Amino acid sequence: MRSRNCEWHNSTLRNLAKRALLGLFFVTVMGWGATGFALGPSSTPSIFSPDSTPAHDIYHLSLFVMAVCLGIFLVVFSLIVYSIVKYRRKATDDDREPPQIYGSNQVELAWTVIPILIVVVLFLAAARVIHAVEDAEFPPNTIEVTATGHQFWWEFQYPAYSFTTANELHVPVSDGSHPTPTHIILLSADTDHSFWVPQLAGKIDLIPNRRNEMWIDPKVPGHYVGQCAQYCGMQHAKMLLNVFVDTPEDFQKWVQQQKEPATTSDQVAAGRKVFEANACMNCHTITGTISHGRFGPDLTHLMSRTTIASGAAPNTQDNLTLWIKDPDAIKPGCLMPAMQLDEQDVNALVAYLMSLH
Amino acid sequence: MAEAQPIVPPLVIPQEREGSRPFVQVLHDWIVTVDHKRLGIMYFSYGILALVIGGIEASIMRAQLAVANNNLVSPEVFNQLFTMHGTTMIFFAAMPIVFGIANYLTPLMIGARDMAFPRLNAWGFWMTAFGGIILYFSFVGGFGLYGAGSAPDVGWFAYAPLTSPAFSVGHSTDYWTIGLLISGFGSIATGLNIMTTVLCMRGPGMKLNRMPMLVWLNSVMAFLILVAIGPLTAAQLMLLIDRFLGGHFFDTQAGGSAVIWMHFFWIFGHPEVYILVLPAFGILSEVIPVFSRKPIFGYNIMVAATVAIGFISLSVWAHHMFTVGMTSYANAFFVASTSAIAVPTGIKIFNWVGTMWGGKITFTTAMLFSVAAVAQMLIAGLTGIMLAAAPFDWQLGNSYFVIAHFHYVILGVIVFGVFSAAYYWYPKVTGRMMSETLGKWHFWLFLIGFHMTFDFMHIPGLLGMPRRIYTYEASRGWQTWNTIVSIGVIFQALAVLIWVFNATKSYFRGKIAGSDPWDAWTLEWSTSSPPPDYNFAELPVVRSRRPLWDLKHPEDPDWKYE
Repeated sequence: MRSRNCEWHNSTLRNLAKRALLGLFFVTVMGWGATGFALGPSSTPSIFSPDSTPAHDIYHLSLFVMAVCLGIFLVVFSLIVYSIVKYRRKATDDDREPPQIYGSNQVELAWTVIPILIVVVLFLAAARVIHAVEDAEFPPNTIEVTATGHQFWWEFQYPAYSFTTANELHVPVSDGSHPTPTHIILLSADTDHSFWVPQLAGKIDLIPNRRNEMWIDPKVPGHYVGQCAQYCGMQHAKMLLNVFVDTPEDFQKWVQQQKEPATTSDQVAAGRKVFEANACMNCHTITGTISHGRFGPDLTHLMSRTTIASGAAPNTQDNLTLWIKDPDAIKPGCLMPAMQLDEQDVNALVAYLMSLH
Repeated sequence: MAEAQPIVPPLVIPQEREGSRPFVQVLHDWIVTVDHKRLGIMYFSYGILALVIGGIEASIMRAQLAVANNNLVSPEVFNQLFTMHGTTMIFFAAMPIVFGIANYLTPLMIGARDMAFPRLNAWGFWMTAFGGIILYFSFVGGFGLYGAGSAPDVGWFAYAPLTSPAFSVGHSTDYWTIGLLISGFGSIATGLNIMTTVLCMRGPGMKLNRMPMLVWLNSVMAFLILVAIGPLTAAQLMLLIDRFLGGHFFDTQAGGSAVIWMHFFWIFGHPEVYILVLPAFGILSEVIPVFSRKPIFGYNIMVAATVAIGFISLSVWAHHMFTVGMTSYANAFFVASTSAIAVPTGIKIFNWVGTMWGGKITFTTAMLFSVAAVAQMLIAGLTGIMLAAAPFDWQLGNSYFVIAHFHYVILGVIVFGVFSAAYYWYPKVTGRMMSETLGKWHFWLFLIGFHMTFDFMHIPGLLGMPRRIYTYEASRGWQTWNTIVSIGVIFQALAVLIWVFNATKSYFRGKIAGSDPWDAWTLEWSTSSPPPDYNFAELPVVRSRRPLWDLKHPEDPDWKYE
């Protein structure tokens, strides 16, 4: 028997379609039920617990796309399983060849046109979110931050407040009644980097000689984690990102503190002398002093940060001491050199750094 | 179903057995050979060797990532491992393997005695081989002969400006660049050769629309090679100019552009995916019909879909760059073009199912690998759809989700397809059958290992784990998933060992295959196994897409219906 058109099992197909739709429905409902805006920050930066509008828009798009994909998967996978179970050669089969079927114009047309329609729908859904995120307008009270990627740490400048900090980004919470989004300009001082805090927004690269931008409007205060997502050299793995979303009052308090020049105290004058007499000042800035280096993180308010070395270690006395003596012990391959200071100088230096609140 | 006798009896020219000749002479014959079959075997073996080396590199990486805060390898070594793993697998494992299959089979399938340019063919192989040797020489000479060696550590797509002299000191990047440049010449030669062979060397009656699917897919692959390798070569030359002659193409500190490198690389890089996967599609399109005992469903639309994939694949490259800050219009365009490629790919999957539908399927090892590849192509395609939605990619790009996605394509489809081909054509190449028992062990272990590794690898990506990190904090909650992923590697390694053992043992002890052990329909099965140097004693005359079907069923030949 030969034919150009195969006999299509309509009832089977209809059953499969029904089942697929049901599965799709369950996943969608479960997806939406388990979500919610504003679940709060987590130490696992899942893209499925968004707390900011761009991340949330992406999250909704992702549910839709995954539901469509799951539907397609169920239908096609069932067809594959059905055909290999139903049409396997059985012991009772004779040696005759099965009917030689060369194709079917109708069926082939169907499985060309239906995917085209699905693709159009997916394109429209994606285009809508691209537009919403990339072409967003900002209210006048938007916080501006310039993030500059360095091997292997982050520099954050707040041009409106004229101060610079590093590695830990503070932004105000943006609640519905009083939206204060943060607009981040992304630059790079050396190689490519990528700013990725999954709960707040998708990643955007920081590329030298190029100005990129992104925005976030976190809904829940707290500590969000992320990290560099574009390979940038030896210590790409420990170029971590910490974003602190503060209440408006806390944010203002933090801004006021950061705007102050560094505290000076005679008790730590010895350490300050070590800092200024050595190469430390070539790379680090401490405002209010003669240290104006730009290669390394701004240390003016070092002790207001919870970690050192871009999140590689907690900001404690022991870690600071170790970091100055042997940075490679914490972050092998980082660009901070071991300063070869004697014990007394190191202790004085750590005491000075620990005074920089 | 074994038919021991060749349909067209070969000329009897007594050949000396290799074992009876001195080793040096045998080696000399292989080195100077211009025979497409020998070059095919050499390409394939070279690729398998690279596959094993790249696999070892991957295994070390997985051991490092199995637990959080691990110190098995230093960050420097880890970065070299993923660079070498990626470069090795794409350029020196996957490409030589698909070239080997194309070289061996194209002339046999179209009824030709050799490729169009046998010497160019040998030249291409040796260029590819030397490229790989230069890349691996970096382990010795990376810092020049005065310092210790060091492999390149810039990642397999080597984004600027990490490759500029300021960030990549020593010569490791130069070994990478020159290695790829030279193997690229070899690839272009092979692409040209396949194209010319298909256009000019077809046997009597072998019209274009009667060519086996694998030949069609290989010719689209050859077309893509000719289009895509050029930009890579250009980019490598520009990088060399930057590094040695003071150029500033990619030197951002002197006003160069990092983004230009990305465009050059990915306009090569995405067609490259199809250069690798189309031959695998071709293998599935040969194996599935034979073991379903039906012709390929919808030959015309399958060919059209292949050509469509070839063209569309040239317009999708910037979906690798959704996160570099393109305008919303550019992003939307690449969403559209990338999603569009799902349509012809979907057609292929549906038509493979249509081929099995109503057949009498025999699950040989070759068929098992092919069916698994179809199912895995479905999943890889769907995760591809997810990544094609640009905003979704802003989250998933450069995360472990992407790693899982493209390994699904490269292992789940290409390597599964290659294993399928290895079992299917082994009898033709060696004259002996591979053990089916060991083959099934190979299949099931590899399937389990593959799914343990690459199904679970999607999850850390969804949980925010970026690629190319040598370690991670325990508090991120990625460890469990990474441990499972790493354990899967053990199964895969074991499976590959079984395969190598099987292939070696069967070469000496396997059952004699005869010319047509699978009762197949394409021309390579009409000559003896292994085929004689001249392939066909007299060139077979072809009247349909399944010439051997016509011979076996004179009462009901295909040409009456085409």
